[in-house]
Amino acid sequence: MKRVVKHRLFWPIAALVALVAVNTISRPAFLSVTVQDGQFYGSVIDILRNSAPLMLVALGMTIVISTRGIDLSVGALMAVSGAVSLTIIEASPDPENLGVVLVAIGAGVLTTLFLGAWNGFLVAVLGIQPIIATLVLMLAGRGIALLVTGGFITTINSTPYQFMAQGSVFGLPFAFYVSIAAVAIVALVERRTALGVLTEAVGINPEASRLAGVRSRGIVWGAYAASGVLAGFAGILYSSNIMAADANAAGLYIELDAILAVVLGGTSLAGGKFSLAGTVIGVFTIQTLKSTITFLGVPPAVSPVFMAAVVIVVVLVQSRRVREGFARIGKALSRTPSQTRPDAEVAS
Amino acid sequence: MTSTPIRTEQASGAFAARLRVFVNRRASWIPVFAALAILIAMFVGAQLYFGNFLTPRLVSSLLLDNAYLLILAVGMTFVILTGGIDLSVGSVLAFTGIMCARLLSEGVPTGVVIPIMILSGAGIGLLIAVLVQFFDVQPFIASLAGMFLARGLAFVVSLSSIKVEDPAILWLQSTRFQVGGWYITPTGIIALLVVLAAALVLQFTRFGRTIYAIGGNEQSARLMGLPVVRTKILAYVISGTCAGLAGVVFAAYTGSGYPLNGVGTELDTIAAVVIGGTLLTGGSGYVLGSMIGVFVYGTIKGVISFLGAEQSWTRITIGVLLLIFVVVQRFIITRSRRR
Repeated sequence: MKRVVKHRLFWPIAALVALVAVNTISRPAFLSVTVQDGQFYGSVIDILRNSAPLMLVALGMTIVISTRGIDLSVGALMAVSGAVSLTIIEASPDPENLGVVLVAIGAGVLTTLFLGAWNGFLVAVLGIQPIIATLVLMLAGRGIALLVTGGFITTINSTPYQFMAQGSVFGLPFAFYVSIAAVAIVALVERRTALGVLTEAVGINPEASRLAGVRSRGIVWGAYAASGVLAGFAGILYSSNIMAADANAAGLYIELDAILAVVLGGTSLAGGKFSLAGTVIGVFTIQTLKSTITFLGVPPAVSPVFMAAVVIVVVLVQSRRVREGFARIGKALSRTPSQTRPDAEVAS
Repeated sequence: MTSTPIRTEQASGAFAARLRVFVNRRASWIPVFAALAILIAMFVGAQLYFGNFLTPRLVSSLLLDNAYLLILAVGMTFVILTGGIDLSVGSVLAFTGIMCARLLSEGVPTGVVIPIMILSGAGIGLLIAVLVQFFDVQPFIASLAGMFLARGLAFVVSLSSIKVEDPAILWLQSTRFQVGGWYITPTGIIALLVVLAAALVLQFTRFGRTIYAIGGNEQSARLMGLPVVRTKILAYVISGTCAGLAGVVFAAYTGSGYPLNGVGTELDTIAAVVIGGTLLTGGSGYVLGSMIGVFVYGTIKGVISFLGAEQSWTRITIGVLLLIFVVVQRFIITRSRRR
């Protein structure tokens, strides 16, 4: 039991389970999934579908945070990739053509790859603080997207493009497969090669890892580029969902949700060790929370109050002082004298 | 063997050394001068290009239109100087603005409403400070919570915009003290007073010097016996207070409260502060620099509306300027570290 509680994913999973439990009690239909025309429907399926953009962005954010960085520009990059792809599709004579759609998606993602690499250049080569380096594109990115769309909200009709966010394969939303694929690829690259360990090394102590021969510059650069690519795909999913490129609304505040998901998943903002599984759980927690807020009849505009409450509770639970307090209470209750300080390793 | 070259260097380089000492001592002012140079260059360029840009009316409106941003930037400067950041200011501005409008429409006297607004801003600042200081939460995340909280509360107060009809609040905006073509509104005077007070506090009080000490090196400041905890908390409270005041000023400026006011204003504020030469790592920067940063921001906006270009260019230009300044600052830091 003690080992279960000590596991680093215990609290994130507990929070998600608690949320699901609250939902199931307040509306028994929450967990039920109905089949219609060979397609699954239900709140859970909606959560899987709607969480896809956040999942992609949060994965990239996890890697960037692990290198002691932060990427504020992801929301703006989403707007850019959506704007680029939709403008290409709109300009093409045949928007229904799969080839056109693929070229458009490729162009959108390449653009954000370039922008992500630019962020990486500022951070890794010029040594600018990540918050500020990415703030530049966060400010300018939406302006670029507005220029691409000419200041309008570009709308298109294209079945293949629409399929990405709204279509389904084997009864499950296609967007869900996209997020699974992204998780699998990132997990394979980071955890089945040494890259993940090297990334953590750079995050824990950049100087020491440099002296140990880790090429930290390339790793940090790559992290921002990867975050850019993932944000690009997220922007395409988002624009495919509404079939419009809205430079102002696309991915608004998603950087904050993504950072929150990463923190909820137990990855420290101070960099170093990261948990992809934790991020996945964090994303589902946030998406479930949003669905709960909508279900409870709270106007969506007021939902930030709930988000604030969750953020505060989570950061308090993670903070050393509160954990020490809990540990002290636990010790007083069990009255078992132990020499090891349990909080010392939890706090790391 | 090496003594002769050194001696000649000393003799010949007396003037250069004095210059170097001057530059070293004033190194932290260089970004401020750079911002001022850019502001003047923009003024001159716009005047040459348009011919009628530098009119008293337009320059006066620069202060009028950006009074709220100026107040926010002053508060933000305190927080950034300690090495922190405050993302909540835009939301707090919206919250206090809409709360102000709501209370006034329900007949609460102005003399009660304004202090309540300022205090509620300070309260949110205090919440962030407690999270940062006592629970070791990163300023970014703590102020993010404050941002969500204030934005949500703004929507709790009202979902739609509320008109401000209180004569005292509107007086702040509509009164114009004129000298020739120049004018200044009470909101502008408030903003300038805030800048003045903050500059004096930072320069000449123990509290102000402690802020710089913490930003320079928190560990050293603590070992020196400076009241680090109290000072850091006060910095966030000041930022919250400024945001509350800015909310009132903004309500006067727009003549209404609206819960979606100030979305993204925190970024504009941070950008203005950074353009004004304050280092985001803390410990170096001036309120006067932030003021220049705000004016640079306002001038860019003015030029773009003069050009009749899309407002999306404002953000792009600010982004580019921010980039230039950050890179320049980066070189200044690496140079001073090498010494």
